[in-house]
Amino acid sequence: MTSLLAAAPAAEIAQASGGVLGLSWLMIALPLAGAAILLVGGRRTNSFGHLLGTAMSLASFVVAVLAFFELLGRTAEQRRVGVELFDFIPAGQLDVKMGLLIDPLSISFALLITGVGSLIHIYSIGYMSHDPDRRRFFSYLNLFVAAMLLLVLADNYVGLYIGWEGVGLASYLLIGFWQFKPSAAVAAKKAFIVNRVGDFGLAIGIFTLFATFGTVAYGPIFEHADKASTGILTAVGLLLLLGACGKSAQLPLQSWLLDAMEGPTPVSALIHAATMVTAGVYLITRSNPIFDGAPTAQLAVAIVGAATLLAGAIIGCAKDDIKKALAGSTMSQIGYMMLAAGLGPAGYAIAIAHLITHGFFKAGMFLGAGSVMHAMNDDVNMRKYGGLRKVMPITFITFGLGYLAIIGFPGFAGYFTKDLIIEAAFGQEGVRGYLLGGAALLGAAITAFYMSRLMFMTFFGEKRWDKDAHPHESPPVMTWPLILLAIGSVGGGAFLVLGDRFIHFLEPVVGKPENHHGFNPVAPVGLITLVLVAAGVALAWVMYGRRPVPVEAPRGSFLTVFARRDLYGDAINESLLMRPGQWLTRFAVFFDNRGVDGLVNGLAAGVGGTSGRLRRLQTGFARSYALSMFFGAAIVAGALLLVGNL
Amino acid sequence: MELYAPILVLGLLAAGFAIFSVGIAPFTGPKRWNRAKLDAYECGIEPTRQPVGGGRFPLKYMITAMLFIVFDIEIIFLYPWAVAFDQLGVFGLVEMVLFILTVLVAYTYVWRRKGLDWD
Amino acid sequence: MSTLLAAPPGTIPAPTIEYTQLAPMMLVFGAAIVGVLVEAFAPRHLRSAVHVPLTLLSLAGAFALTILLAVDGTRNVAAMGAVAVDGPSLFIHGTILVLAFVSVLLFNERLQFVSQAASVPGSTEEEDSLEEGAVQTEVYPLALFAIGGMLLFSAANDLLAMFVGLEVMSLPLYLLCGLARRRRLLSQEAAVKYFLLGAFSSAFFLYGMALIYGFAGSVDLAKINDALGSASGRDTLLYVGAALLGVGLLFKIGAAPFQAWKPDVYQGAPTPITALMASGTLVAAFGAVLRVFWVALGNLDWDWRPVMWGVAILTMVVGAILAITQTDIKRMLAYSSIAHAGFLLTGVIATGGPAQNEEALSGILFYLVAYGFTTVGAFAVVTMVRDAGGEAGHLSRWAGLGKRSPLLAGVFAFFLLAFAGIPLTSGFFGKYAVFAAAVSGGATPLVIVGVVSSAIAAFFYVRVIVLMFFSDPAPDGPTVDVSSMGTAAVVAVAAAATVVLGVLPQPVLDLADAAAHSLFVR
Repeated sequence: MTSLLAAAPAAEIAQASGGVLGLSWLMIALPLAGAAILLVGGRRTNSFGHLLGTAMSLASFVVAVLAFFELLGRTAEQRRVGVELFDFIPAGQLDVKMGLLIDPLSISFALLITGVGSLIHIYSIGYMSHDPDRRRFFSYLNLFVAAMLLLVLADNYVGLYIGWEGVGLASYLLIGFWQFKPSAAVAAKKAFIVNRVGDFGLAIGIFTLFATFGTVAYGPIFEHADKASTGILTAVGLLLLLGACGKSAQLPLQSWLLDAMEGPTPVSALIHAATMVTAGVYLITRSNPIFDGAPTAQLAVAIVGAATLLAGAIIGCAKDDIKKALAGSTMSQIGYMMLAAGLGPAGYAIAIAHLITHGFFKAGMFLGAGSVMHAMNDDVNMRKYGGLRKVMPITFITFGLGYLAIIGFPGFAGYFTKDLIIEAAFGQEGVRGYLLGGAALLGAAITAFYMSRLMFMTFFGEKRWDKDAHPHESPPVMTWPLILLAIGSVGGGAFLVLGDRFIHFLEPVVGKPENHHGFNPVAPVGLITLVLVAAGVALAWVMYGRRPVPVEAPRGSFLTVFARRDLYGDAINESLLMRPGQWLTRFAVFFDNRGVDGLVNGLAAGVGGTSGRLRRLQTGFARSYALSMFFGAAIVAGALLLVGNL
Repeated sequence: MELYAPILVLGLLAAGFAIFSVGIAPFTGPKRWNRAKLDAYECGIEPTRQPVGGGRFPLKYMITAMLFIVFDIEIIFLYPWAVAFDQLGVFGLVEMVLFILTVLVAYTYVWRRKGLDWD
Repeated sequence: MSTLLAAPPGTIPAPTIEYTQLAPMMLVFGAAIVGVLVEAFAPRHLRSAVHVPLTLLSLAGAFALTILLAVDGTRNVAAMGAVAVDGPSLFIHGTILVLAFVSVLLFNERLQFVSQAASVPGSTEEEDSLEEGAVQTEVYPLALFAIGGMLLFSAANDLLAMFVGLEVMSLPLYLLCGLARRRRLLSQEAAVKYFLLGAFSSAFFLYGMALIYGFAGSVDLAKINDALGSASGRDTLLYVGAALLGVGLLFKIGAAPFQAWKPDVYQGAPTPITALMASGTLVAAFGAVLRVFWVALGNLDWDWRPVMWGVAILTMVVGAILAITQTDIKRMLAYSSIAHAGFLLTGVIATGGPAQNEEALSGILFYLVAYGFTTVGAFAVVTMVRDAGGEAGHLSRWAGLGKRSPLLAGVFAFFLLAFAGIPLTSGFFGKYAVFAAAVSGGATPLVIVGVVSSAIAAFFYVRVIVLMFFSDPAPDGPTVDVSSMGTAAVVAVAAAATVVLGVLPQPVLDLADAAAHSLFVR
């Protein structure tokens, strides 16, 4: 293994010396300690477990904010700070030094994770107040926060991988939190298994990186990425993309996300909307030097993103389950981010910007949906909602603001970030630009349609409630997070995008986008987008606002059925993977029983049979023993004579 | 070859005498038949009818035979020593005493265990 | 002989005998002779009381003397070239004496031996002697003679002394094999078979010795080796002689195709004697094998090595495979012993330069210690599992023993795992040491056969473990007699040795290294 690092020069990462940045490991350690205390402490911590978990998350947030300001206090060139922690795996050539990398990209994620995470912790105090296992829930949440922070803060791929698996574990535990529901258990298992496929790709990608560069640390790899062959970079890029697809529920590994909604709603908001599912986007953005050297892999990222944004949007159109509709939406929005990330330097910053605004509005909407479910006896069927705006004003308003943000209503968060993505997609050369841009544009229209459908079915129209439903506004501990998230949904986009604030902020990590020229509110693409969005809203109003919504879902066209069945994702998985897998398993079992066991048994029987036959030589007659000795002696003497005279 | 001629002659004479004695007896000796004449000649015990397979022999014969072998071997060692004991000196004497003592131990064992009593 | 003729007439120079260096052997033989006198003169009821301390003390004393010799550091050939006193022989003597001591502890613990050997099985005389409570106490002096023979056999530096050692070792063992108190016919049959086949093998040895003498003009091992280079034209004498000599020795270690006696004899013999044979005799025989093949035929190794390859492979395979279908625990252990002899042979074959020889020798010595303790322990356990007919030999009787007596079954399982060579047992390091030496000696294919045989062997060891722990005990199953302190002590010592050699093998490995350091004296 010839390392490309002939003489590893020092990476241009400044080392933290004291200060808050030197203590940034606390961000991970605090929630991890919280999880450990709650899990080890068991029932004794029941009384204060939720408070401890929330406090740990908040403390982590405080550290992140302090680190953020310290970073802002530096010049742009000095905003990449390494924090050496310990020598993790010193094994011969493989020497993994665990450390953190605090730079604009990771601190953005850290703020999002701890900020939104803390709000969701607070919300969960109310949401889970009746659950006997609330303490366990908070310990898992803390575990998730710690793992997710490790994922984004680590300065090497192995650290990222540990965080990656950690969030996968937390996700598995939380999806299946209500283990008594078989559907939840199955969903957790499905999420875990589908993610294994992606993790497999990620792991092999990391192995390949190590084989090529002789290290797994970001600094040296990115510095020398251009020295590696395009073939290697493309392979690594595609493998990383496979990992990203698993974690971020992109085609073809999207099927687990809809089922993951079996988990408690705060989980859906935090893990399966705002943070964990965006890890794939982080991975690709973080690995930008690799993808920049592998145009094919980059194009694959964009295509996967475009395809998923459409698929997710179509699924969102047909779901009557409010959380699944939102989950389809999440898929779709992450598709936008992947698309942007696949556009190269032109798109990385936009992808992350959209990721952050999406984190706010989607988390807000999930929590709003949770608030609605809370009010409606945990019923998730939107056909049984209707007219909730009057009884749940705060939920309605905050959800509405999130709605305006996601469809891209001018001035709201999504307007800025999504339009940038669509523009950037059209900015690609030739047919590629039109195809990707067209997909993004079409997605925007469908988004407007299904989100409006969701709004109308839930908050407008007549009451279609079950008889025993007595909706009411949620307690303040749940509504305050909604309000705070709504503020982000309203102003986040403008804050990040106007004046290219965020793009400049991320420049040290992802580079300067070429021919980027600020946000233009009257660009032709933006105007077309607005028209299409309006059309989508209008269509939804015609179908669901004006007409009464039937409580029983109509059969619908084949397209509706197609969308309801998640575009036959499960069917495809089943026929392409599961059935062959089962056949393979059965064959393997058969082979194991007949072939391997047969071989082993046959061997054993053969040995036994030989033994039985040889045993007959053991007649018990001294004369036959003596005869065998005699012949043995003759053979030994003969052999020795033969050898000796050779 | 001449060296062996007397031995050969002696052998021939001995064989001739044996054949002559046995051959002449039936013609010259008196023929008075009785039962005792058919018995084995003063050798071991009276042969009795044995069961198939030879039956059992009293263990005492074995002991006698083994004692015979023990002393036979003792003689084998004693004989060369006796020929050259003057040259072997004290060392030879001591070793031979040790050897005889060892055989003596075995002998006393047989004696104490009544191996020498016939009944 | 030439010296005899050259000496001036009237004086034969007195041979020198280094009594101090032969002290361990002489102590054991002396105690044996005293034992005969005890038999002759002590009243019957006192005999055991005299024999046990006499035997054990003499063995302990001999061991102490061996240690003194080892510390003293003199390494030479004693008794006019008849007995070698060197590192390997001292190590082997120490091993034999300790193993013999432990085996003898098993002798008196339970009525293992026949009341009156001369009485016909099932006869009224037998009943009478049983009623009298008689025991054939001659086993003690006989065992001492056998042990003394082992010492001489393994240390002999010329073929004549070796033959004397062989016979002194074997003749008492033939007798002892026939002295089982239960299943006397089986025991006597074993004794007769062992005697007949042993005599047959001695004849081979003797004939081989004669041919070698014809080739080299000497029975001294070193002189034979010297003659290998010089004498030519009489190669047939040499090869046939070496082969026949080898047959006699391979018979004693139970190498195939000369292994047939082992299962029958091990099964029929009283179990303490089986323990003594499986440990002490094997150690002694390997000492003799090493001496003949490395010292006397050391320069011939290119010629005997291919043949020994075949013997080793056959031995390992036959031992491992035939063990599978055994239903008697002692027979199974006998085949196990055959397989182990095969493993040890791979070490004998691994000759090369001095460093290589030291490595191989050290490995063999360690293996012998490890295996010896484990096998004595295993047979000691066999003596404890009893039912109405004596020891419960049939494997089916051992079913569910783990439930009835978990500790004993656990210890036995541990011994079996050590036989299989599982890490953290002495067997692992023994096999490792020998196989590693064989690999560095260029016998990798042999090691592969060895490992495969070990795997096959592991099957039947584990089968017994499964039988003991995962089967339900029969309602009329055997009882475990733990009343005897001596047997319990033997099991404990063996288990401790198996653990210690498996966890902390280094001291004994160092000792074996040191013993092997200067190789054999010539």
